[in-house]
Amino acid sequence: MPQIFNRTANIVSKASIAAVGLLVVVLGGVLWAVMMSPYYTNVNVTREQPVPFSHKHHAGELGIDCRYCHTSVEKSSFAGVPPTQTCMTCHSQIWTNATMLEPVRASYRSDKSISWTRVYALPDYVYFNHSIHVNKGVGCTSCHGEIAQMPLTYKANTLYMGWCLDCHRQPEKYLRPKSEVFNPNYVPPANQLELGAQLVKDYKIIPLQERQSCSTCHR
Amino acid sequence: MSSDANPKLPNSIDLDAVRSKLAEGGKRYWQSLDEVSGTRRYQEFLENEFPPADKPGLEVGRRDVLKIAAASAALAGLSACTKLPTERIVPYVTPPEEIIPGLPLFYATSMPLAGVAYGLLVESHMGRPTKVEGNKENPGSLGATDLYAQCSTLGLYDPDRSRIVVNNGRLSTWDIFLAAMSNEAGSLPMSGAGFSILTETITSPSLAAQIKAVQSRFPQAKWHQYEPVGRDNVRAGAQMAFGKPVNTVYKLDQADVIVSLDADFINCGPGHVRYARDFASRRVIDGTSQNLNRLYVVESMPTSTGAVADHRKAVRSSDIGRFAQELATAADVMGFAGNSGPSGVPAAWTKAVAKDLAAHHGTSVVIVGEEQPPIVHALAHAINASLGNVGKTVYYTDALEANPVNGIDSLTELVSDMRSGKVQMLLILGGNPVYDAPADLDFLGAMKQVKLRIHSGLYNDETAEWAQWHVPATHYLEMWGDARAYDGTISLIQPLIQPLYDNHSPYELLAAFTKDSGKAGYAIVRGYWESQRPEKEKAFVTFWEKSLHDGVMAGTALPAISVGPRTELGREQLAPASRNIEIVFRPDSTIFDGRFANNGWLQELPKQITKLTWDNAAMVSPATAQKLNLAQGDYVKLGLPGGYTAYAGLNIVPGHADNSVTAHLGGGRWRSGSVGNGPGFSPTLLRTTKAPWIADNVSVEKTGKEFAFAVTQFQYPIDMDDKSESLEGEQAERRDLIRVASVDEWKKDPNFAQVEEEVKTKDLSLYPGFKYEGYAWGMAFDLNKCVGCSACVAACAAENNTPVVGKEQVMKGRAMHWIRVDTYFSGSLDAPSTFFEPVPCQQCENAPCEVVCPVGATVHSSEGLNDMVYNRCVGTRYCSNNCPYKVRRFNFLLYQDWKTPSLYGLRNPNVTVRSRGVMEKCTYCVQRINAAKIRSEIENRPVADGEIVTACQAACPADAIVFGNVNDKNSRVSKWKAQSRNYSLLDDLNTRPRTTYLARVTNPNPDLQA
Repeated sequence: MPQIFNRTANIVSKASIAAVGLLVVVLGGVLWAVMMSPYYTNVNVTREQPVPFSHKHHAGELGIDCRYCHTSVEKSSFAGVPPTQTCMTCHSQIWTNATMLEPVRASYRSDKSISWTRVYALPDYVYFNHSIHVNKGVGCTSCHGEIAQMPLTYKANTLYMGWCLDCHRQPEKYLRPKSEVFNPNYVPPANQLELGAQLVKDYKIIPLQERQSCSTCHR
Repeated sequence: MSSDANPKLPNSIDLDAVRSKLAEGGKRYWQSLDEVSGTRRYQEFLENEFPPADKPGLEVGRRDVLKIAAASAALAGLSACTKLPTERIVPYVTPPEEIIPGLPLFYATSMPLAGVAYGLLVESHMGRPTKVEGNKENPGSLGATDLYAQCSTLGLYDPDRSRIVVNNGRLSTWDIFLAAMSNEAGSLPMSGAGFSILTETITSPSLAAQIKAVQSRFPQAKWHQYEPVGRDNVRAGAQMAFGKPVNTVYKLDQADVIVSLDADFINCGPGHVRYARDFASRRVIDGTSQNLNRLYVVESMPTSTGAVADHRKAVRSSDIGRFAQELATAADVMGFAGNSGPSGVPAAWTKAVAKDLAAHHGTSVVIVGEEQPPIVHALAHAINASLGNVGKTVYYTDALEANPVNGIDSLTELVSDMRSGKVQMLLILGGNPVYDAPADLDFLGAMKQVKLRIHSGLYNDETAEWAQWHVPATHYLEMWGDARAYDGTISLIQPLIQPLYDNHSPYELLAAFTKDSGKAGYAIVRGYWESQRPEKEKAFVTFWEKSLHDGVMAGTALPAISVGPRTELGREQLAPASRNIEIVFRPDSTIFDGRFANNGWLQELPKQITKLTWDNAAMVSPATAQKLNLAQGDYVKLGLPGGYTAYAGLNIVPGHADNSVTAHLGGGRWRSGSVGNGPGFSPTLLRTTKAPWIADNVSVEKTGKEFAFAVTQFQYPIDMDDKSESLEGEQAERRDLIRVASVDEWKKDPNFAQVEEEVKTKDLSLYPGFKYEGYAWGMAFDLNKCVGCSACVAACAAENNTPVVGKEQVMKGRAMHWIRVDTYFSGSLDAPSTFFEPVPCQQCENAPCEVVCPVGATVHSSEGLNDMVYNRCVGTRYCSNNCPYKVRRFNFLLYQDWKTPSLYGLRNPNVTVRSRGVMEKCTYCVQRINAAKIRSEIENRPVADGEIVTACQAACPADAIVFGNVNDKNSRVSKWKAQSRNYSLLDDLNTRPRTTYLARVTNPNPDLQA
């Protein structure tokens, strides 16, 4: 009986096995790349806002404390987005005619809220709490990046669970003294690991097991 | 063993076989007749996590399964590839004071039910009320609530609520209504003749003052009051005994011996929340000391009050008066010699009760249910007086009602006025008489004679249909008002939210007929109190603000008054004894008189004892069913002389009195909304003005049809038949899920609840144990205190966003309650003892569920919780399959309503709203644990004992649930667990549950034990 397949069929079959394997790897890689890309994570993507608010100007150049606007950050899960009234405390006095600020004035006149685009959004099954983090020495910039250098606000981190766990597993890498939590220009010292380990002790950070229990964040 | 392979299993219940099996001691504790008969449907629930009938009905071949599996696997990864939607943040323009986004606020208010206020503290998230707790300042609550209050938030957001003013079937507005009313009022004769107002029971002084104001403008306007679950008999009884309709207040914490004559005082009537607390406070066993009262209950329908009794006798409701006479005779009540025939209770029993009462002079009390005729109430007053209880365990005050009238008489008068054309204008302020007025009145027929009919209510209901004007009423969470608590304390009703629609409170509606037309409810209520209180100006503002904060006006409880019973009571005769079958009407333990019929939480909440959901039924005893040749689930025709008929499903209740049928009110609504239309039947069709509570000579006939009930009673059976596997002999006997001893047995053997083998093997393990270094959360239920009221089930649903699944799904065993109150019976079929056991997730330390989850969706937390991670769950249901306690609940379908906007406001923002295909269960209210932990961490201190209160614990009127840190030996939960009565369910499986139970200790009368 003659051979059904040509000799080259061996090569083809081997190549296709390898190709399938490669395809899986490439497909996986592509999916990974998409998942980590700004398209999917919105990291480094400035979002369109009704008013082009500049953290660089307010927090960086003017040095306004984070808590002047984000009032509930030390008390509540939600840091708080300032009501129009807070904007108007200054802008009823300065830049009163700036066209850029018209939506703010319109909001104040008409008693209608400004609708901001959320930059840092978590899925609904994650229960993040600002107050416990800022009270235990996690600085604003640890998650929100170089906020004082951002003319327009963008997301600095993926907020993926792996990113959260990185700190939950080794908080000593990121903790800073409580007095520096709201300092947007804080630079970690060279001996961060040493200092961090001391702060974990001083601030009575809950043990590792508790930090990575599911119900700590999911419920 | 599959039940399909066992076609010999019976489909129906053979009562004779059940009776003889139980008489032989076949089952020590049983839950249902199905269980004892071993019917097929029971076996299915026992062997399978969910009965096989509920597998998808598709005919799917092997190849199709493989195809689908491959496709699912391929797509599974992609399903996560959804981008997070863009969210908006919408801050305030001017922030309100006090609100911090993310932190809830609590406001005191009160829920009026049948006129009586129940004090509440309501949780508000960004201005929307989400959860109700009890108000510690209110004497009627002391921090606890009942299930009506727990489910009332759903009532507020109910999408079927009436939203718009309706005039002759056309949409209208409040302003048009006000204008029309001012016209109509102007066209009435100056005297107001022809103007009638019909209200429910009113205890509110300010509302009564408004009605007075209407009446002063129209002197001949008539005010009628009617309440389907009214207290006419109670008032008439007081009238008979004292010559005035006083309010009776019990101090059950002072009572050593309590005799209840058809009184379900734990679940019904003013003060039931407080009475449950006071009663349970006397069921305390702490280490070696005990403080136990003794409860005797004589009743027809088994209630949870009867279940917690030390001695219970099932007696027809119409014979209970005769028992009261026998008791009065045996107790030598002054001047009493009445006798109208035997009650059927053995004389020795009555004598023993009388002796016990006499031995507790001044520390005993006799309570009579509102269904009983006035003479029985009068007798109880006489017995209490003769026992020296007045001023000690019972006291009297002026009536709670602003105008105590007989509701049936009042309604009858209104109907005859309407029929004779005397009424030109009828204002129905709350209530639903077209549905719930006694059948012989033909309220609707009479109402149609009235020229102008105005109705105000929460729903555009049966009565609204026939009114020319319907004005949507405010829910109590949207209005200003006041009402009296059970002891007369003025409790304020404070709104938690602006009316959701064009709703207006009765205050605003009545104002339309006075010179205050258009005035806001707040101004009316505050104005009334400003004119009444001695505090003026600044002092009043202080007083008002403090009262609002506390929810009550301090020191406004009605003072005790001194009344002496008349002596000629003996001459009042009872209705003659009959051998017919009686029918007794009672408020429903979930939907009350039908007003909550459209509340899915309440409809689906298993009713006490029967565990029936979504329906009411004709309840009969096993013996009566046999006598009438009826079977469980028969669809029967109920008939009363006079041509009154109704059709209902028959439910056989072990422990029900013979020759008696019980029908709970509230079913058979036809215009209550999408949830409430349909379930059950309306016993009102059989109620007459002559016999609103107990009617004699009811006929029960088979129709040949069957009625399918959704009963959860046998849906979570825990298999106890294989007990020989790990334990033998007496040890195996003791392994029972229910462990109970009398107080004498407990004294002899305080460790009666302990099983030696269990204790020995407690810490036996090949693996090193998990160390719980910080907190270790645990819970304990004191079964001696639990009164089976099910407030915990309601509270859990409200706190944890658990969905309503509907009758069909409940029948398949898919009800989603995270905590259930199991009811066990022991003893004979006809007079069983009843035991309650609330079962939430047991939070096992060696959890069988955790090891079988393929995706790590249920894992152990460092504090010993069995965490449930909804977003990881892929719905294999392995965990549920492996749970010996059957406490896991699976979302077979998309049970949550994601579409109705009004329901968005209802949900607790701190708990994930679960979707289809996800397993869920109790996690000890982990959201509350985390909130308390974060608070304590910020303040650099440990969580204090008692700082975390789970939803079930907070609601419990009996204080039967305790939660806390078991690593702290001084915590309350540790102290409870250290007691010798402490045991775990199925301990021999070595699951080491964190939830444990304190065994029940009964306090029987030694004279009755033999």
